[in-house]
Amino acid sequence: MGSKLHLGAALDGAGWHPAAWREPNSRPAELFTPAYWTDLATTAQRGLLDFVTIDDSLSVPGDRRAPTDGALDRVRARIDAQLIAARIAPVTRHLGLIPTITTTHTEPFHVSKAIATLDYTSRGRAGWQARVSGTAAEAAHFGRRPLRELTAAELAEVAAAGTFPDFVHDRFAEAADAVEVVRRLWDSWEDGAEIRDVATRRFIDRDKLHYIDFQGRHFGVRGPSITPRPPQGQPVVTALAHAPLIYEFAARGADLVFVTPTREAGPAPILEQVAAAAAQVGRAGEALRVYADLVVFLDSDQETGPHRLARLNEASGAEFGSDAPIFAGSADELAELLIEWSAQGVDGFRLRPGVAVDDLAAIADRLVPALQQRGVFRTGYPDGSLRALLDLPTTVPNRYATA
Amino acid sequence: MSTPRKQVILGAYLGGVNHHTAWWHPEAGSQIDFSSFEHTARTAERGKFDFFFLAEGLALRERAGEIFDQDIIGRPDTLTVLASLAAVTEHLGLAGTINTTFNEPYELARQFASLDHLSGGRAAWNVVTSFDAFTGQNFRRGGFLDPADRYVRAEETLSAVRVLWDSWSAADLVADKATGRYLGRPDAGAFAFHGSQFDIAGRFTVPRSPQGRPVILQAGVSPQGRDFAAANADAIFSPYAELREAAKFYRDIKARAVASGRAADDIKILPSASFVLGDTEAEAVEKYHAVRNEQVTGQTALILLEQIWNRDLSGYDPEGPVPDIDPDPDAAPIIQGRAFVHQDRFATVRRLREVAEAKKLTLREVVIDQFERGPLVGTPAQVAEQIDTFVQDNGSDGFILGSHLVPWGLDEFVDKVVPLLQDRGALRTEYTGTTLRDNLGLRAARTATTVSAGT
Repeated sequence: MGSKLHLGAALDGAGWHPAAWREPNSRPAELFTPAYWTDLATTAQRGLLDFVTIDDSLSVPGDRRAPTDGALDRVRARIDAQLIAARIAPVTRHLGLIPTITTTHTEPFHVSKAIATLDYTSRGRAGWQARVSGTAAEAAHFGRRPLRELTAAELAEVAAAGTFPDFVHDRFAEAADAVEVVRRLWDSWEDGAEIRDVATRRFIDRDKLHYIDFQGRHFGVRGPSITPRPPQGQPVVTALAHAPLIYEFAARGADLVFVTPTREAGPAPILEQVAAAAAQVGRAGEALRVYADLVVFLDSDQETGPHRLARLNEASGAEFGSDAPIFAGSADELAELLIEWSAQGVDGFRLRPGVAVDDLAAIADRLVPALQQRGVFRTGYPDGSLRALLDLPTTVPNRYATA
Repeated sequence: MSTPRKQVILGAYLGGVNHHTAWWHPEAGSQIDFSSFEHTARTAERGKFDFFFLAEGLALRERAGEIFDQDIIGRPDTLTVLASLAAVTEHLGLAGTINTTFNEPYELARQFASLDHLSGGRAAWNVVTSFDAFTGQNFRRGGFLDPADRYVRAEETLSAVRVLWDSWSAADLVADKATGRYLGRPDAGAFAFHGSQFDIAGRFTVPRSPQGRPVILQAGVSPQGRDFAAANADAIFSPYAELREAAKFYRDIKARAVASGRAADDIKILPSASFVLGDTEAEAVEKYHAVRNEQVTGQTALILLEQIWNRDLSGYDPEGPVPDIDPDPDAAPIIQGRAFVHQDRFATVRRLREVAEAKKLTLREVVIDQFERGPLVGTPAQVAEQIDTFVQDNGSDGFILGSHLVPWGLDEFVDKVVPLLQDRGALRTEYTGTTLRDNLGLRAARTATTVSAGT
């Protein structure tokens, strides 16, 4: 067990509950201002969290299972997560910054240099949550190729048998190629390629720059990157996954996978599936770290978590549902649950605050002290990169280096 | 009471991959580390500059199939640096060059509107086009664009981006906790754009940003480029450093803007310039020649000429005459990844030969003489006067300044020249506006009042 519990937070607008923006402390008109995001980041850093992820997509946020077109009472807006991360990088010091960037319509060359640059501006704290853009709506925003969505019958088949139609396999194969390209571009400059040799007037040693010459089924990219290798060598790659196909995608290219166990079954069945996926794709080297996601509604001084959740449900007019397990209760109860799931082999947790301002503050000021009292969480930040904070190797071999 | 003096617009430019930056100077810093960008931006803001400007690169330069190793190579991602700079500055505009060829309107609109939100209304986009297959090899789209289509695509990109920016009006964001109404209308952000390049529709997720429309910068030299810029841009780069040529360009662009239904003052004209200061004029001139002599080595000079000749010139003596052979426009490009700015190779070669003969210059010297961005050289008082006079005489509306010394070079300008410009009444002593548009003296972008679905 030890003191190595890992904890991050997932940020998405006003919070993960659709009525979060209506809470007294919420700042719904400020969701697009820098002050809102720097305040959240500062809170997360006060709680000594490993990282925050910043959710994003190329379509209107909302529950894909319950279309909300026409709804006036939802925050159907958001701004670019990568740029939010870049904006908060200089005003934070220890917190890992992991924006979501999609892989389907975006160019891996752009993604690679953007995350590499975030690693420079945050001085080694950058990560990336890779996400497939699966919706027809996103495809229509680009107009380059129509994308088919799962039909109701296919969705039922997925739910029943866990098998996806071929076109979904294709999209994840393309995403895996995108991640591979991004990683190769990060390695396309060896460390120390910039030599500034005044005597020979050589700025770089061109033998330390490498064409990646990637040719996949979906696209090719030549390289090298325009941006030198980032401070971490390889920034931290993450993915959210709910099914064996997606565990395989994560096992191919990610360092961390966010998973969504149920409260009843706990994480054990998913841990087995993730291990099987890693074996299936022949993952070698560092083990894929598995982080359990939980949506949290914590007790406040005035109100219990379940009461807060009930009140939010009433405001939105519907029972809150999520892909991730929902926890409503006290910080002590949550601390016990996290410790129990840790003991079952989960490497860490990503908590999704039901109400961003309130639950993130409760994580920092209630949950973290509860974990510290139990001796399972840090009491200060060590110096170092996000990889160091996550206990990932800080020296990452460069695949192109010959020496 | 006299009329207020025309205010000089100032942009700061952090020298990137080029032959203007003295990377070998003992005090030269990193072109990649954030601290360099932070220092330059903070210095520019201390000098009440309007904006900080970043160029873009999407492929490392090559000569005859080998990556350049003599010049600075590599740069960080433009938008990421600008968003991080928004955290360490309060007033400075944040301008980035982003290509319309390897980005789609939905992501461009989203990124610049997001930057505008995250900077409190300070975002600017320098719209550039590219079509070369060399750069295309880094993108899944490849080098797909017919050169003839590049202005069509640029123009449609800009139109589509504006449709997206206008798809939200300020009234669409209600966020009323009491009534539970977040949106003013259910289809806020709904858009559709149909053109020869794009057929897109859906919902834009970014609420109207502080500037409504981020500031648009462009370059435009050819007649087609001039019309496009005059009709679309808020500011345009001028390639002219000599007052008579510059004033002619200035009048032409303003006239084209008026012809397209805008006010002359709706478009600002900005040449880029380097500067060298000295305690005396002689000292400044000597320093300038020393810097240029160091910057343009024999090899650098040959590479710059190879770009024009499109031939291997490595056998020529840099201290000898300009090559006596003709350019070879039809061969495969020898230099890749560097924007080719010379419209007519043969005319450029003729001009280089004439200048070399008239001024008795070697190959290297003629490159030093001709490949410069309007240098401002002299004592601080002389440089302040050069800038102010050029602007008051309508050679431009201001300058975009780069220094050969990254990142400290701008300090000297801000410490010594800025106060003199302020004394002359040509530069503000405090920021007057809250957005970049305000500070540039541009009118606020029209607030979209109607849904612009369908064009």
